[in-house]
Amino acid sequence: MIELKDVRKSFDGVEVLRGISTRFETGKVNLVIGSSGHGKSVMMKCMVGLLNPTSGNVFYDDRDFTNLEYSQLRQVRQEIGMLFQGTALFDSLSVEENVEFALKMFTNMTKAERRDRVNFCLEQVDMAGVNAKFPAEISGGMKKRVGIARAIALDIKYLFCDEPNSGLDPVTSRLIDELLKQITEEFNITTIINTHDMKTVFDIGDDVVFIYKGTNEWDGKVKDIKNSGNEMLTNFIKASFFD
Amino acid sequence: MFSKPEKRWVYIDRTVTEMNNIGVGSLAIVVIIAIFQGAVTTLQIAYQLISPLIAKPVIGSIVSDSSMLELAPTITCLVLAGKVGSHIASEIGTMRVSEQIDALEVMGINSSGYLALPKIIGGLIMIPLLVVISIFLSNLGGIIAGEASGILTSEEYLQGARESFLPYNLFFSLVKAFTYAFIITSVSAFHGYTTSGGALEVGASSTKAVVYSAVAILFSDYILAQILL
Ligand SMILES: Nc1ncnc2c1ncn2[C@@H]1O[C@H](COP(=O)(O)OP(=O)(O)OP(=O)(O)O)[C@@H](O)[C@H]1O
Ligand SMILES: [Mg+2]
Repeated sequence: MIELKDVRKSFDGVEVLRGISTRFETGKVNLVIGSSGHGKSVMMKCMVGLLNPTSGNVFYDDRDFTNLEYSQLRQVRQEIGMLFQGTALFDSLSVEENVEFALKMFTNMTKAERRDRVNFCLEQVDMAGVNAKFPAEISGGMKKRVGIARAIALDIKYLFCDEPNSGLDPVTSRLIDELLKQITEEFNITTIINTHDMKTVFDIGDDVVFIYKGTNEWDGKVKDIKNSGNEMLTNFIKASFFD
Repeated sequence: MFSKPEKRWVYIDRTVTEMNNIGVGSLAIVVIIAIFQGAVTTLQIAYQLISPLIAKPVIGSIVSDSSMLELAPTITCLVLAGKVGSHIASEIGTMRVSEQIDALEVMGINSSGYLALPKIIGGLIMIPLLVVISIFLSNLGGIIAGEASGILTSEEYLQGARESFLPYNLFFSLVKAFTYAFIITSVSAFHGYTTSGGALEVGASSTKAVVYSAVAILFSDYILAQILL
């Protein structure tokens, strides 16, 4: 479970996050939706510590992430996996080495154990057999999968995905969505996905946070989203469909 | 800036890789530059000292001294600032703009230490080695040019070089090499790490790394000469 308490973030005096308080539950696919530029990525970066909130707190299962000592912070970070919008695979390393990276850095596994774990993770994302390829040699959809495999290499508790479907065709998008849902349920992790793809929301979403101008304008269950009674959210959903 | 490394052997592994990149990767250019620099210096010194009153070995001693004291370390490192510096800055800069550094940070890895430390240590080991090679080869270039042009024989060259050799000069040369190695690797890593934007900015960081390293090398060259000579 991850909880945000009145998280604010300003850049040069401009407040981008204007007091977000919300909860993301364990074992669920939590979706963060909202239009471009309203602060989804900034919120995610504040949650994982790539940006420091100007004020407010982020709790990882009651650990106050914003005020941890360095050693505890690193502990929490090893429980975090993140899929970046541009995948951010290490391009000097092969697929296998990308997935193996965190295992090398943080575990005392033997080479054979690491290889097994890498193959297990690659199988999870249906990418067995591409171990020796480099990121530049595989397609965008394959990169996303490898990115997911890298994110789950350690036994993570929290998975963050910033627009996992951007730049993918609809079929591949659905496969990635299903994969994220399956991983979330199988390993009982807290998954948080930034998206503006309403198909993703209805296919795999459990809980939804709608970000509007730096505030969480609406929080709730996916099934209630069409009858939210919130004007901004209704407009956002309407704009996503042709009917 | 640097905290305790995650896994020592990973760092050792990466340092060896960087030593290979910096050392072996730059060997060819260093060899070429050193030989030509020695050869050209010999011809020019001979040209300036053309007088029956000056003994031939003097040319050898001037060439070997100036190679060791100034030309081998400084010219080699200015070239390495271009080659190694731009490589380091663009590699780290690309990692920055493609969020690979963010990926390291999210994992809980101290990214500045992880990226810069192996390069700095690799440079501190390999660049002085390249400078020593350069010192040898510039003398070789001087000998070849002397023989080829008939200005002086190799015996005369070596006699002059031996007579003027001072161990302190080699020490001075190595102090320069270590200083420049640190400048090149750290300045370039810094400019790469602080890149923000996209591909264009990576190019700009790479250029900045080379220019700042080169200026810092020349500046410290002066300071070191002031302090140590
Ligand atoms: N490092 C930064 N410095 C200054 N302003 C920033 C920075 N990062 C983001 N912003 C600003 O914060 C606002 C929110 O950006 P953010 O990237 O969170 O949007 P988003 O909701 O993720 O949009 P998208 O759906 O397009 O990814 C934007 O106006 C952006 O200009
Ligand atoms: Mg975004």
